[in-house]
Amino acid sequence: MARRYDSRTTIFSPEGRLYQIEYAMEAISHAGTVLGVLAKDGVVIAAEKKVTGKLLDMSGAREGGYGGSGEKIFLLNSNVVAGVAGITADANSLINFARQAAQRHLLTYDEDIPVELLAQRLCDLKQGYTQYGGLRPFGVSLLYAGYDPHYHFQLYHSDPSGNYSGWKATCIGANNGTAQSLLKQEYKEDMSVEDAYNSGDEKLEFSTLTLGPNKQPKAKIYKPAEIDALLQKHGLGKKDEDAEMASA
Amino acid sequence: MDISFALTGKGYVIVAADTTAARSIIKMKVDEDKIKVISPHLLMAYSGEPGDTVQFAEYVERNLRLYQIRNTHPLRPSSAASWIRGALASSLRSRKPYSVNLLVGGYDTSTYTPHLYWIDYLGTMTSVPFAAHGYGSYFALSLLDRYHDPEASLEEGLATLRRCLDEVAKRLVVSPEKYKVRVVDKDGVREIEL
Repeated sequence: MARRYDSRTTIFSPEGRLYQIEYAMEAISHAGTVLGVLAKDGVVIAAEKKVTGKLLDMSGAREGGYGGSGEKIFLLNSNVVAGVAGITADANSLINFARQAAQRHLLTYDEDIPVELLAQRLCDLKQGYTQYGGLRPFGVSLLYAGYDPHYHFQLYHSDPSGNYSGWKATCIGANNGTAQSLLKQEYKEDMSVEDAYNSGDEKLEFSTLTLGPNKQPKAKIYKPAEIDALLQKHGLGKKDEDAEMASA
Repeated sequence: MDISFALTGKGYVIVAADTTAARSIIKMKVDEDKIKVISPHLLMAYSGEPGDTVQFAEYVERNLRLYQIRNTHPLRPSSAASWIRGALASSLRSRKPYSVNLLVGGYDTSTYTPHLYWIDYLGTMTSVPFAAHGYGSYFALSLLDRYHDPEASLEEGLATLRRCLDEVAKRLVVSPEKYKVRVVDKDGVREIEL
């Protein structure tokens, strides 16, 4: 009888809760950590890679670049990068949806989609799964780092229930409570992208969204070699004799 | 017979349209407003098939208002013009297309720049510093080409507009007697008596 309200996403428990949604959020809090920090001249997203195994062939993901460094950070549109935490397969489907929504907006209005609007599009989709029966909600939380002319640099978070919110610095995935309170201590108003670079271990994905020389948003998803160089530069990497070469 | 002009200047767009409503050889009305204020910083002068014009202008007005309600901020002039162009282009390929020509002028509050778009019933859109539709364009475009200055003050812009209206009054057989003139700048839209 304990499972009476568990099995369907759309049924409220007597206490007024949607268990499946809460379980989805629980699943996310075991996923690799994704961090986002808003700075005055850009937004930074960092993600922790979960090591699957030594034999996993990562040579395909080695290149990184615009499509994403393969696992957790993706380019949604020329002005938005997203970091995902949760079930990768679900995330891929959402990423695809987001890219389509962004292109649809570009086609109709001839402008890059405003960041909040893109977050709304995804949340409309996610909310649907909390209301229509027989389906499983997306087990994915996203961080959106983006730029638009209305509100300039922005950082949003959305969860499986279809809620979204704007942040100065936030974190999803494993240990998000600890990271959140660290961010609360460390965050300073008007810090730069340079200051916002965060520490992490060597299994890291990294991206920034800044403005290019032409005042257009410029997304950068770091390649593994670039991440190493960046960590060395900020004195966070492994002590290495070749540090100079890596950062050159 | 509709005549409309528009020109940009330093931080503003002036849009002017005649106020005559005619059918065949008869003037039905001399105080018809053919410039729609679509949003706080967006103006649209419309001309073309009577009936189509007002119908299409209201369709645009309501749709852009809906966008503003849904998204808290209004569309920027460039995006609004693109949407309007799209609406005309899809109408053109329908059973009964709207036969409407437009001048869309607006002030972009996020980049602090004025914008003007010339759009015709075929769905052609161009971003221009000055524009005209109707018979007035045959007389005014050369004047605008000579006298338009993107850095001109509002007074200078209005003087250039007056040159155009005077030329039309002098040369066009059926010249309109009155124009409605509106300006959009950082403070929004306002009407100007010439």
